[in-house]
Amino acid sequence: MNKVLPALLGVALASCFALPSQAQDLTGTLKKIKETGQITVAHRESSIPFSYLDDKQQPIGYSMDICAKVVDAVKTELKMPNLKVVYQPVTSSNRIPLLQNGTIDIECGSTTNSVERQKLVAFGPTYFRIQVTAAVKKSSNINSLADLNGKNISTTSGTTAVPLLKAYEKTKNVDVKEIYGKDHAESFLLLAEDRVVAFVMDDILLAGQIANSRSPGDYKILNESLRAEPYGPMIRKDDPQFKALLDKTLTALYKSPEMERIYNKWYMSPIPPKGVNLNFPMTPQLKADFAAPNDKGV
Amino acid sequence: MNPAILLEQVPDGDGTWLMSLASGLQYTLVVAAFAWIIAFVLGSILGVMRTTENKWAVRLGNAYVELFRNIPLIVQFFVWYFVLPGLVPAVKAWVVSLDPTTHQFVTAIVCLGLFTAARISEQVRSGIQALPRGQRMAGYAMGLTQAQTYQYVLLPVAYRIVIPPMTSELMNLIKNTAVAFSIGLVELFFRTREMGELTFRYFEAFAAATLTYVIIAMLANRIMAFIERRIAIPGFISGGVGGGH
Repeated sequence: MNKVLPALLGVALASCFALPSQAQDLTGTLKKIKETGQITVAHRESSIPFSYLDDKQQPIGYSMDICAKVVDAVKTELKMPNLKVVYQPVTSSNRIPLLQNGTIDIECGSTTNSVERQKLVAFGPTYFRIQVTAAVKKSSNINSLADLNGKNISTTSGTTAVPLLKAYEKTKNVDVKEIYGKDHAESFLLLAEDRVVAFVMDDILLAGQIANSRSPGDYKILNESLRAEPYGPMIRKDDPQFKALLDKTLTALYKSPEMERIYNKWYMSPIPPKGVNLNFPMTPQLKADFAAPNDKGV
Repeated sequence: MNPAILLEQVPDGDGTWLMSLASGLQYTLVVAAFAWIIAFVLGSILGVMRTTENKWAVRLGNAYVELFRNIPLIVQFFVWYFVLPGLVPAVKAWVVSLDPTTHQFVTAIVCLGLFTAARISEQVRSGIQALPRGQRMAGYAMGLTQAQTYQYVLLPVAYRIVIPPMTSELMNLIKNTAVAFSIGLVELFFRTREMGELTFRYFEAFAAATLTYVIIAMLANRIMAFIERRIAIPGFISGGVGGGH
């Protein structure tokens, strides 16, 4: 008997690691997708160009294109060519709870892969790397973050920019008054209306807001950074099968020439809804991320 | 669920999450208090106007109520905070010169005060109209003017009748302050969301906020019930018997 038990345990363990050849072997998200016949992809509404609604209210964007490849891989893996894809809009505040409670299966937006968040969720390989900085009006004579001392600035509540800004204020002895917008469009509106002198946020999101504004030529983004942050697709934690599929699919994609095509489509060409070109060339940091795909958080 | 998170430090802030929530609660209470003063005074005036015999006063009062009661509160916040300064350059110049927190604070008070005034006015009007028409007639027959009739005959009883619905309005007002998060006012709900977003401990954050809102609303209810009992006229309507509602 004493010899049988370890053997049984061995078999049980081995079956846990076996590849999912049949539906019964599936676990986590893949099992859920197989059983419900649908995958729920979460998108943002105004995170240009990652994930946003076009003029027909359809979710589009760089992150959505990358996630489409993941959805294709799921279809192949589960042999479900007719898998139903449901799109669910999320916000900075509800994306993690909705992922945890199973409402969404993968979030394709502009979510920073942070060590803090990794305690609650898992991330796929980094698909973008941003700098947290400020957008100002060219007419404002503000050229560095230090120039913001004593001024009113806007930022979006619930983003990582908020604690970063507070830390910067403390270490550099800079005093700014923050006005919190509930989304990026609202924070940018405060800048556009001259209610504040700067909007502190991720550089690419600032570029997106500027490109879609009434007069993009009026704004500039400061060449200074509070912190660089990796963006990645977000999935549930402790879901090894789905994570492995996600990693495998995206690693292959990043190393293929297809990736440069997707990048140029969203950052170097006119994009909906207004046909504006963000003109945001790939940074050396992001090139390094694509050469060696990783899911390291900050 | 681990309430110990409330005693953890806010990242790059001062103090614990509990203190952060408490500072939000201060804004919630102060905004509600000032908004209640505006709502009560303006609502009473409008409510009385709508029961007078002056056609234009009635129409003006009705128009106000329809306007403010039919627009969602969050839209009203947006209009006061974003649209109005955007439309009138003088207002914009003024609000930019203000401290942002002061601006949000004043906007929240005005917006909630005007919104709640429409609802108070409905209560006051219904209180006055619930009185037998003979009371107004009796006032006039005794030689009182219209103003005196309101002051000495109609309003003292009408206000007593509407204390229970007024209590509901007060509780609604306290809860409605949460909408002020949409203009960035750092009240209780804003702090709760912030705590959820930065710690991902939504359950603890919202449990603490829920408990706090329930306690404040219940306190408001008990205070109003106490007032109702104290000012009840013995043997008149039901005041003082059940208390509360």
